[in-house]
Amino acid sequence: MVNNDDGAAVRARGLRIVRGARTVIDGLDLDVPAGQVVGLLGPSGSGKTTLLRSIVGVQANVTGDLTVLGAPAGSPGLRRRVGYMTQAASVYTDLSVIENLVHFAALAGRRGAAAHAAAADAVAAVDLGGHEKQQVGSLSGGERSRVSLAAVLVGDPELLVLDEPTVGLDPVLRRDLWDMFHRLSGEGRTLLVSSHVMDEAARCDRLLLLRGGALVADTTPDELLAQTGAPDAERAFLTLIDRANTGTGTGTDAGTASSGGVR
Amino acid sequence: MTLTMVTAGRVLNQLRHDRRTIALIMLAPCLIVGLVAWMFHGTPVLDQFGPVLVGFFPLFVMFLVTSVTTQRERSSGTLERLMTTPLRKGEFVAGYAVAFGVLATVQAFVVVGFALLVGMDVAGSVWLVLLVAVLDAVLGCTLGLACSAVARTEFQAVQMMPVVIIPQLVTAGIMMPRDQMPEVLEWVSRVLPLTYAVESLQDLARGAQWAGVRGAIGVLVLWIAGAGVVGVLTLRRRTE
Repeated sequence: MVNNDDGAAVRARGLRIVRGARTVIDGLDLDVPAGQVVGLLGPSGSGKTTLLRSIVGVQANVTGDLTVLGAPAGSPGLRRRVGYMTQAASVYTDLSVIENLVHFAALAGRRGAAAHAAAADAVAAVDLGGHEKQQVGSLSGGERSRVSLAAVLVGDPELLVLDEPTVGLDPVLRRDLWDMFHRLSGEGRTLLVSSHVMDEAARCDRLLLLRGGALVADTTPDELLAQTGAPDAERAFLTLIDRANTGTGTGTDAGTASSGGVR
Repeated sequence: MTLTMVTAGRVLNQLRHDRRTIALIMLAPCLIVGLVAWMFHGTPVLDQFGPVLVGFFPLFVMFLVTSVTTQRERSSGTLERLMTTPLRKGEFVAGYAVAFGVLATVQAFVVVGFALLVGMDVAGSVWLVLLVAVLDAVLGCTLGLACSAVARTEFQAVQMMPVVIIPQLVTAGIMMPRDQMPEVLEWVSRVLPLTYAVESLQDLARGAQWAGVRGAIGVLVLWIAGAGVVGVLTLRRRTE
């Protein structure tokens, strides 16, 4: 897979995003290392979706530097290399599972047999075998969101930007999906996965903790626990926020200290 | 071009799953044509009014269907997802126009066929009548796409219909001959496309040939192109 020199799949410098009258993100620096499963964690309203939308090039009013796979975010050439799963299942409810997937495979440049093969693989990957001919509108919420995830997989992207892909799924399926994320990263792909469920933090290679549009930490799961002395990610996150609030270390310091790579 | 056809195929696939909508699109205009034929049985009213219906229905129905469908694409997030794929905005708009053009062609055959069956006389070319009906439908589709940028909800999308379509109907010369209108309104009617659709269909019914209607057909094509361009320009890849 193509990376730029320092191995960052996504690199933001001085990123600023304004929505209406509100500045959601103001001066964010961030790196998503290539070939890893990177968790973007934070409470709802922290700016996760806005950040993800800016990375895939559909967010308006973005200023600052934002480079994705070596090109400015939103460049036409990136649309073939980046796959985006929105938070709500953005697939056609009046089409069947397979019709949706063949459609999105075709948009990604696969036709005929190749599109059908990609769709069949994606169905297997998200464990929807047997539902291929079912209309998406008749599926449960969790199943729909898996169709939405499969619609990313059929495009075979280098960077997968997934907005809360595991919400509402049962634990076994969640584990299977996280295993798949690591399999995909093992092939050299980068996954940026948002979640507001802190216990998913442990499954990531790297963590970006976002709060109020600012990076509270850029670390690994082990470092996060070691640094805060907390027993789990949820309490570690609280510790970091408390520290940031009392001024015993600003947000990004926590990350810079541990990663040493953020300039 | 190929992603245009991928999009058109997808839209047609969605329609195929919605048989009731297809049935309504085909049968509703026949119902109205049938009512007029019955009501004015034995008079030449259908010969004047039939062409108007044949021209109006495709515009009206396709505008409504497109407005609601694109609004649904916005609210469901599918449009946002499409905007992250290699699909170009022009291909999206053209894909919709092709899909509804296909649907409109079927509708035109059904409605014109039914109108002929119940006694509408067309002295000119029936093929040109069908062509005008299809162009009207494609125009309704591109106008719907152009207006969808303004509508934020499905309710607003439906309300665009009285704003965009009804004034065209009022000034098209059906309610009052255009030369009797106040001057300003006559000018307005000279700009709006339904005027040309209705005029050409009435001329065709009276026996006009290609040479007599090609100007009006040209205006319709220009409107389709113009509305298509507005549809592409108002489609935003980046949104708030």
